[in-house]
Amino acid sequence: MAEILTQREKQIFRKGTECFDMSCEKKSAAGSVSQRACVFCGSRVVLYPIVDALHLVHGPIGCASYTWDIRGALSSGRQLYRMSFSTDLQEEDVVFGGEKKLYRSLIELIDRYKPKSAFVYATCIVGIIGDDVDAVCERVSKEKGIPVLPVHSEGFKGTKKDGYKAACVALFKLVGTAGIGGIEKNSINILGDFNIAGETWMIRDYYNRMGVEVVSTITGDGRTDDICRSHGASLNVVQCSGSMLYLAKMMKEKYDIPFMRVSYFGVEDTSEALLKVAEFFKDTGIIAKTKELIREETEIYLPEILKYRDKLRGKKATVYVGGAFKAFSLIKALDMVGMSVSVVGSQTGNQDDYARLREMCDEGTIILDDSNPVELANFSLEKKVDIFIGGVKERPMAYKLGIGFCDHNHQRKEALTGYKGMLNFIKEVHSSLMSPVWRFTSRNGNAL
Amino acid sequence: MNVINKAQTNTATKNPCKLCSPFGASLVFKGIRGTIPILHGSQGCSTYIRRYFISHFREPVDIASSNFVEETSIFGGEKNLCEALENVNKQYNPEVIGVATTCLSETIGDDVPLFLNDFLKKKGAEPFPDIIFVSTPSYSGTHMDGFHAAVRSIVEYYSRSRQTESSASLISQAGKSVAVFPNFVSPEDIRHLKQIILDFGMKFVFVPDYSDTLDGATWDKYKKIPEGGTPKDDLLVLQKISSVIEFGDSLDGKDSAGKFLGSEFGSKRYGLGLPVGIDLTDNFLNSLEIISGRKTPDKYIAQRGRLVDAYCDAHKYLFGKKAVVFGEEDMVMSIARFLCEIGMIPVLCASGAKGDKMREISQQLFLEYKNEIIVRTKADFVDIEEESEVLNPDLLIGNSKGYSLSRKLGIPLVRVGFPIHDRFGASRISHLCYKGTQELFDRIVNAVIAKKQSESVAGYTYM
Repeated sequence: MAEILTQREKQIFRKGTECFDMSCEKKSAAGSVSQRACVFCGSRVVLYPIVDALHLVHGPIGCASYTWDIRGALSSGRQLYRMSFSTDLQEEDVVFGGEKKLYRSLIELIDRYKPKSAFVYATCIVGIIGDDVDAVCERVSKEKGIPVLPVHSEGFKGTKKDGYKAACVALFKLVGTAGIGGIEKNSINILGDFNIAGETWMIRDYYNRMGVEVVSTITGDGRTDDICRSHGASLNVVQCSGSMLYLAKMMKEKYDIPFMRVSYFGVEDTSEALLKVAEFFKDTGIIAKTKELIREETEIYLPEILKYRDKLRGKKATVYVGGAFKAFSLIKALDMVGMSVSVVGSQTGNQDDYARLREMCDEGTIILDDSNPVELANFSLEKKVDIFIGGVKERPMAYKLGIGFCDHNHQRKEALTGYKGMLNFIKEVHSSLMSPVWRFTSRNGNAL
Repeated sequence: MNVINKAQTNTATKNPCKLCSPFGASLVFKGIRGTIPILHGSQGCSTYIRRYFISHFREPVDIASSNFVEETSIFGGEKNLCEALENVNKQYNPEVIGVATTCLSETIGDDVPLFLNDFLKKKGAEPFPDIIFVSTPSYSGTHMDGFHAAVRSIVEYYSRSRQTESSASLISQAGKSVAVFPNFVSPEDIRHLKQIILDFGMKFVFVPDYSDTLDGATWDKYKKIPEGGTPKDDLLVLQKISSVIEFGDSLDGKDSAGKFLGSEFGSKRYGLGLPVGIDLTDNFLNSLEIISGRKTPDKYIAQRGRLVDAYCDAHKYLFGKKAVVFGEEDMVMSIARFLCEIGMIPVLCASGAKGDKMREISQQLFLEYKNEIIVRTKADFVDIEEESEVLNPDLLIGNSKGYSLSRKLGIPLVRVGFPIHDRFGASRISHLCYKGTQELFDRIVNAVIAKKQSESVAGYTYM
């Protein structure tokens, strides 16, 4: 029985044993149990936290059912985004087309819920049955006086990454549609944080303390009106660059807004991010305040974090994430408490990402692109890792094998960004690693 | 009684009370030994469905995808499907591959049976796992339609297959066997049903049986296909089994697996409501008495006795209390009948299913309640919420999707069915027979008592 499919051999790399020629950015092999989702998933996850928008899934019911309130993204205002709306296409719609149903659904929902904007997600069959989603959106937008934006997220038209792009294209239609009066010179947009467990609020608070105005948060706790005037900001600060870099690039091109890539995971990366932003504005006041903030936060949290080092030192982890950028931060964060990463991979990394991972990792580390449960399990066992850091799909696999687990994906309820987030993260890693239950599991040979 | 079937309007579904049909088929395939499902469509379908399973069962669930790309949707999915079959065979070494379609492959008109035929023809004498096909267009019906269609496909496939030697030896004992199509129930429910049949001195063939595959022990190495599930040899005996128990009112009059065995092989079909409550469990055990020729074992008489005793002890807590019940139509109908049995009123019975049978049955069953019960089919959770605000129920009974409503109305939610992703132990929730009913009953009584206690000004310590 093949543990690794032939088509996937070049997507697996063992540092130190082979020359580096990582294949990536490919469609998943047919029949592989990929951990990836689809184009729709990419769009849905990016746009989901826009809290005052109507999110209507145009297609049969499944796509809407499986994405109903599944994320930990919080809102300081409306809760509309947590509802699941679908045109719920039926056989007759497939035969005669779904445009009428889409139109009437939009009118009904907009009248009822009074959203600030609406996103219409086209799923797999919409194009095939010939619906002109753009035309329906345009018509409803005119009639109802709010932006109604088609999101071309047909599941099969690429990977999750293409879904991010489709979401950015839709968002970009909002940008530049409102006035920018009153926006300060020292201002930014926070891109690519999704306010999981209030993370955007933590980051926003840092910037407020630094004296930097946050014009919009895209999309964590996102508001339509803020996005419409986001072109008034002086800088786009992009986290989770896989999803939002495309929007930043479009804004650079059209509005000449520069962007920088940052990460807020880990003490080191958070400090670096904030300082980079401060230095961008060349304002001594901001720089001073930022250094003060970093000093204060580090003084509070670093000793707390380092308390765990003795217990965690020498422990090994598997890290499997959506975008590779997060993996860089996690490797550094784990290193801070003396842990190493033995298996690392991402669903959507590119050549540069994997080259960087290779530089960061120790000899023997296994690097994976678009992996599957069989590989993840076998490599984690081979490397005898103590904890698996990934998303909810990997959790039961880790537990089944008697391996600890920390959720680092959108469904989690713990804030993991910034200084406090790093402490939360290390606490969670600790609480899973140190649990006494593992000694009873089969992997540790403790059968009756 | 009031029956509302949301008219065919051109309006949106808001917070759905249903899933799509490939989901149900995947679940059934998980209950056949050595099986890996392939969903013929986009990658997202299998990943979303896996994630949904995992949130409830907390077990690894591998479902492969034929992974459509743009060209696939133009030129058809044959190439991808064949590649998926080869890859899954290589990596998982399955005994059976379950192939279910999706909205995408159905809409582009893929003739999957033809693809499979050609694929196997090309294989010639080379051994390949059994391939069972089920058509599950997501735009038609709910996850339960996918579930029942997959059961039927499996039963049809194996009862038409040639028997192996090992199955032949089982056939000689098939007279003492019963085939059970248990419907969508918990792994614990399946284990309990199996034990009951064993206690009646019979063998069984369950389709599906995911009681081990979706609720098993830890592993020392990754098990690509978890142990458990109904073995192929048992499935080959189906045509010789003279008695078939098929749970679920909704299947009555439909072209179900049980009906198929009846019409093709003359098996006697016992179409029963899911055995929740005393009346429905009595029906089930009576059927087992007839099939086995044995009396109900004492231990079940004792369980029944304790349940009746509990009904009496708790009757005043419950009398006249109003419950809203929602979820899969067969579970809803059985719980509603159980609630009537204990003096509660299922003021609203709701399901996202089309629910023809649900409406028909409820009309006969709830005659005595006249206008006190509303049956709502093709319902979504916004419908359920609107109704509930008017009905002012004491209790919600259904899956985790009712939590926001429970929070909003300030009334307890007793979690049953699927999905349960905001509590622990979903696989081990019991609903069925005297023992399962007892557990459910205790939970309902305690939910009512707890609410009364927490609302009491005095903070009573005895309730």
